[in-house]
Amino acid sequence: MDRRTRTFLVVGLIVVIVFAVGVSQFASDDPDGLEYVAEQEGFLDTAEEHALSGSPLADYGEDLTDNPGLNTAVAGVVGTVLTLMVGYGIFWVARRVGGRGDARSTPET
Amino acid sequence: MHIPDGVINGATSAGFGVAAAGGVGVAIRRTGAYLSERQVPLAGLVAAFVFAAQMFNFPVISGMSGHLLGGLLAAVLVGPWAAFLVLTVVLVVQGVFFADGGLSALGLNIVNMGVIAPFGGYAVYRVLLRVLPRGTQMVTLAAGLAAFVSVVLAATGFVIEFAIGGTADVSTGAVLTAMLGAHVLIGIGEGLLTGLIVGAVMASRPDLVYGVPVPPVTTTAEVM
Repeated sequence: MDRRTRTFLVVGLIVVIVFAVGVSQFASDDPDGLEYVAEQEGFLDTAEEHALSGSPLADYGEDLTDNPGLNTAVAGVVGTVLTLMVGYGIFWVARRVGGRGDARSTPET
Repeated sequence: MHIPDGVINGATSAGFGVAAAGGVGVAIRRTGAYLSERQVPLAGLVAAFVFAAQMFNFPVISGMSGHLLGGLLAAVLVGPWAAFLVLTVVLVVQGVFFADGGLSALGLNIVNMGVIAPFGGYAVYRVLLRVLPRGTQMVTLAAGLAAFVSVVLAATGFVIEFAIGGTADVSTGAVLTAMLGAHVLIGIGEGLLTGLIVGAVMASRPDLVYGVPVPPVTTTAEVM
C-alpha cells in the first residue's frame, strides 16, 4: 500500500473515532423516525423487548457505569473496532472468493 | 430506522431473513469481482464510519431525531454490492452487541438499509450524474440528492413490509403518510452529511471512489 493511501486511511480512522467517541456524545435522545411514527400511529406497543437487552453493551452501554459520557465512548470504541474487524474480514473473504477484481477500479501497478 | 422484534410478524420476518442471507452470499461474490485489493481497507473503514455515524442522532423536529443511514454513501464510495455488505455488518454488530434492531427483524432491516437504500439510491445517483454537468462538485451534489432519495426509499420499504406482515391493526396509508413525512425531513440530514463526506473524499482521494464516472487525469499519473 502506498503512503498516500495509508495516510488517507489513518485520517479516516481518526474521523471515525471522533464520531464514535465525541460526536456521539451530542446525540439526541428523542426517538428516531420509525419509533416516532410507531408512537404517533399507535403501533409502538407491538415492539418487543430485544432478546439481548440484558447484555453489557445493550443500548450502547446505557447501564455500563454511572457516567453516560463514558458509556457512550466505550460503546463507540468497541463498536468501531468490531465493525472494522468484521468488515475487513468479510471484504478480505470477498476478494478471495470473487477472484480478480481490478477491472472496475483504477490500476494498482 | 431499526425495526424491533414484534412489529412485523414471524413469517414475514423469516422470509426476509432467508432472502437477506441468500443476498449476502451473492454480494460476497459480486463484491469480490470488482473490489480492488487496495479498496478492501477502505470498505472496512466505511463500515466502521457508518456504525459510528449511526450513533449520532441529530434532532429533526421536536420529539424526533434521525441518524445517517449511510447506504448511498457506502454505494458511492465502494459500490452498491459492497454497500450491501457494509450495512449488513453494521446491522449485525448493532443487533448482536448493542441490542439495536431486533434479531428476528435483521432480514427486514438488511433489506431496507442494505438493499433498497444503496441500490435504489445508486440508481438515482447514476441518473443524476448523467443529467448534471460534469465536475467534482456535481459528484458531491448528485451523492447528496441521491442520499436524500435513498432514505425515503428505505422508509417506503418498511411500509411495504408493514403492509405484508404488520402485527398492529393500523391502516397502511396512515403509516405511509407518516413515514414519508418523517423521512423526507431526516433525508435532508442524510443528504447534507453524505455530500459533506463524499466532497471531502473527492477532494483528497477521488481515485479511491467507486462511483466516479471518469478517473481524474492527475491522480492516474500519481499512482504510477
